[in-house]
Amino acid sequence: MSLVRVTPDGLYCEAGDFYIDPWRPVKTAVITHVHSDHARVGSGFYYATHGSVPLLQHRLGEINCEGKNYGEKFKVGNTWVSLHSAGHILGSAQVRIEHKEDVWVLSGDYKRTFDPSCEPFEVVPCDTFVSEATFALPIYKWQTGAVTAKHLYDWWQSEPERPSIVFCYALGKAQRILAELTAYTDRTVYVHGAVHNLTEIYRAQKISMLPTRLVTDAHKDHDFKGDLILAPPSGHRSPWMKRFKDPQTAFASGWMQVRGARRRKGYEKGFVLSDHADWNELNLTITQTGAKTVYLTHGKTDVLERYLKEKGLTVKLFETDYEDSGEPT
Amino acid sequence: MKLFNELFQQLDATTSTLEKVDALKKYFKRAPEHDAVWAVLILTGRIQKKYLTSRNLRDSFLRTTGYPDWLFEESYAHVGDTAETLSLLLQSLELVQQDDLQERPSKPLHLWMESEIPALGKLKDETARADKLMELWRELDADQIFILNKLITGGFRVGVSEKLVIRALSEVFGTASDQISHRLTGPQEATVENFRRWVSTEVSELAVSQPYPFCLAYAWGDRKDENWRPEEWALEWKYDGIRSQVIRREDHVWIWSRGEEEITATFPELTQDFAGLEPGTVLDGEVVVLRDGLVQPFQDLQKRLGRKKVSAATLKEQPAGFIAYDCLEWKGEDIRQRPFSERRKILGEALAGLSSPRLQVSPILSLPPGSTLDDLESLRSQSRENRAEGLMLKAWGSPYIVGRKIGYWWKHKVDPLTLDAVLIYAQAGTGRRANLYTDYTFALWKEEEGERLLVPFAKAYSGLDQGEIDELDSWIRRHTVEKFGPVRSLRPEQVFELGFEGISKSNRHKSGIAVRFPRILRWRKDKKPADADSLGTALQLLDSVAPAREAEASP
Repeated sequence: MSLVRVTPDGLYCEAGDFYIDPWRPVKTAVITHVHSDHARVGSGFYYATHGSVPLLQHRLGEINCEGKNYGEKFKVGNTWVSLHSAGHILGSAQVRIEHKEDVWVLSGDYKRTFDPSCEPFEVVPCDTFVSEATFALPIYKWQTGAVTAKHLYDWWQSEPERPSIVFCYALGKAQRILAELTAYTDRTVYVHGAVHNLTEIYRAQKISMLPTRLVTDAHKDHDFKGDLILAPPSGHRSPWMKRFKDPQTAFASGWMQVRGARRRKGYEKGFVLSDHADWNELNLTITQTGAKTVYLTHGKTDVLERYLKEKGLTVKLFETDYEDSGEPT
Repeated sequence: MKLFNELFQQLDATTSTLEKVDALKKYFKRAPEHDAVWAVLILTGRIQKKYLTSRNLRDSFLRTTGYPDWLFEESYAHVGDTAETLSLLLQSLELVQQDDLQERPSKPLHLWMESEIPALGKLKDETARADKLMELWRELDADQIFILNKLITGGFRVGVSEKLVIRALSEVFGTASDQISHRLTGPQEATVENFRRWVSTEVSELAVSQPYPFCLAYAWGDRKDENWRPEEWALEWKYDGIRSQVIRREDHVWIWSRGEEEITATFPELTQDFAGLEPGTVLDGEVVVLRDGLVQPFQDLQKRLGRKKVSAATLKEQPAGFIAYDCLEWKGEDIRQRPFSERRKILGEALAGLSSPRLQVSPILSLPPGSTLDDLESLRSQSRENRAEGLMLKAWGSPYIVGRKIGYWWKHKVDPLTLDAVLIYAQAGTGRRANLYTDYTFALWKEEEGERLLVPFAKAYSGLDQGEIDELDSWIRRHTVEKFGPVRSLRPEQVFELGFEGISKSNRHKSGIAVRFPRILRWRKDKKPADADSLGTALQLLDSVAPAREAEASP
């Protein structure tokens, strides 16, 4: 009997009677991270890392919830559970489940590239590793965030007479950009309301980032010339953009690796910056865990499945409700 | 390559004309002439030599890296472009330069174009070629490899028009853009001398064989101009042939197509006729196939194209003709700035001495004073009977300009022919449409022994907006019957209204008919597949359009 299996409600561990990132309300949920397809409202009780808890409360409101330290073992049902850093966003965790002789690790979403806004990924040895596969194609290869941030900074500085708007995921990506940019400047960055609240939660946890100000707090005569503005993708081509005169726009996402994807969406400039593991990182991680069996949850699972099988691993798929796109496309 | 790569990235990252011109100016200010001359030729699409095919690049890559074939194909299916797929895989394999903000020496563009790429193209041994390619790739980062691959395969494109390149050169060097445009017509060598000649501010004598840049028309669309006055406009039929210029200078004749290809040798009978023009004459007109004084469909003209030697049989079966529109040079003088009314008079004079059944002057159609736009529409509706694809409107007072300008020339094409057809196959597109099913095959019903079958009759790629493309893509993925390689056969459920410009019989197509410029006009969600048109309807359409087209030569 498999320690974790897919049910209509989500990934279920019967021995511990709890769910990992369930997509429907359940009695007990262990949350890997606070992106909306992983942390959903309505469950009776939530376990999450201390880093995740304030974000979780911000997104889900009043919930029954217990914060845990990274690496702290706690008993759920007949299993021992611990949360280990996934390097994805602030508070993100892999879930390690130990039952008798069997050790499973569920990665949630993760990355290996250095990110100053969250804890680095920890390799956790296991028998069975459940991995995401969002960017599981070998064309995806990330440069360091510092390199990408330098390109972003140069792009911003190249137009001192225009507003520069970067669209990016409001949770995680925006704060990573604000943290990476501290290497090049100390200027104040303007942010959309959706980015602002989450950024303040990051600040409260002592993440070092550029100073920010709400776009709506700017003086009404402020023209945003030469300013950097961070906004969620939903702001692109929305009425919200009207206040910026002749802006240059860019999108920060792993999908920007492919020229066609950027052009299709009508963004002028693309910065390749992802919260997920690229192809090499996925393969490196799977090897490092020492797992004999690998489950893939969401993304380009078919390609990675075949590749790992050809290397002699046992590979299975979990049909989950997590978003394949992982990041807005 | 570094400067050129920066230019490419900037052009690729904007849709604003102004920003594109700025990027081009920045490049031309900094680039050495020897590189700039290559950049001009590449950006204006004049360099399209194919040294190797995409397949060659892919095979070389697989040979040196031992990379799994299927993994390459999966990646390609996602990216939709071999040059880009290879650049990304090389980066992922960490075989090439990674972006680490370090400045590296890089070979200038002209060295790539003049030595490295041609030398690579000469290698016939596959191992030697693969080794050399890897050596070249290793010097570059992923962005530069993409450009190199495009240059090797002759597929370099970026969203910039010749007009913008000329505008940037004109602003940087202070040369009139008309001058640059004229100097750029015809074949050009990538020499420093040539670059200096293009941008020289001295007024220069032009090569004797060179045509003038063509004057073009904007599409009329559904303009509702209340103040439209028929007496201000010359109306002509718009013929579907090859827009051309005839240059009669010194003791030579040259014929140039609008694609700036010299087609003199392709039409020897016309060349012979034009020898009778007075030296110092340049005419603008349409090369067509003319049988018994009547313009024949474009398909007939196609049989004359691309041949270096024209056989006596071809000359007889597809006799060429020329319909003269305009006169640009007369008695050695450039008369493009004179009004069209005056140039038309001179055109008559220029052709007066020639009596050849192959040469015609495009008739000026008249609408009486006081005619309205409705009268114009009714004239347009007679285009097909008159073997034309629509009307041209030229302001009597307009000069012959470089390119197009609102208010001078309009083209007003006939509405397309239409048929409702059923979507039966789909294939993923490339480039911007990679990973989306956007290449569609459509079918019509055919009655056969009491049964109704769907017979494929046209492919179309365009006509849907992005929302519809996404919606249809998702429908296609959920209604696939079978996959044959990249092609999916689909449940025959979706009906589309297709438009096309011409229809003719064809024994190369399963359906027995060929259509010209098919495209999607509407997604007919209101129609069931059974409501789609049949081949019978298509044949009726064919008869109605081309009553005299039976005489098509046997293959």
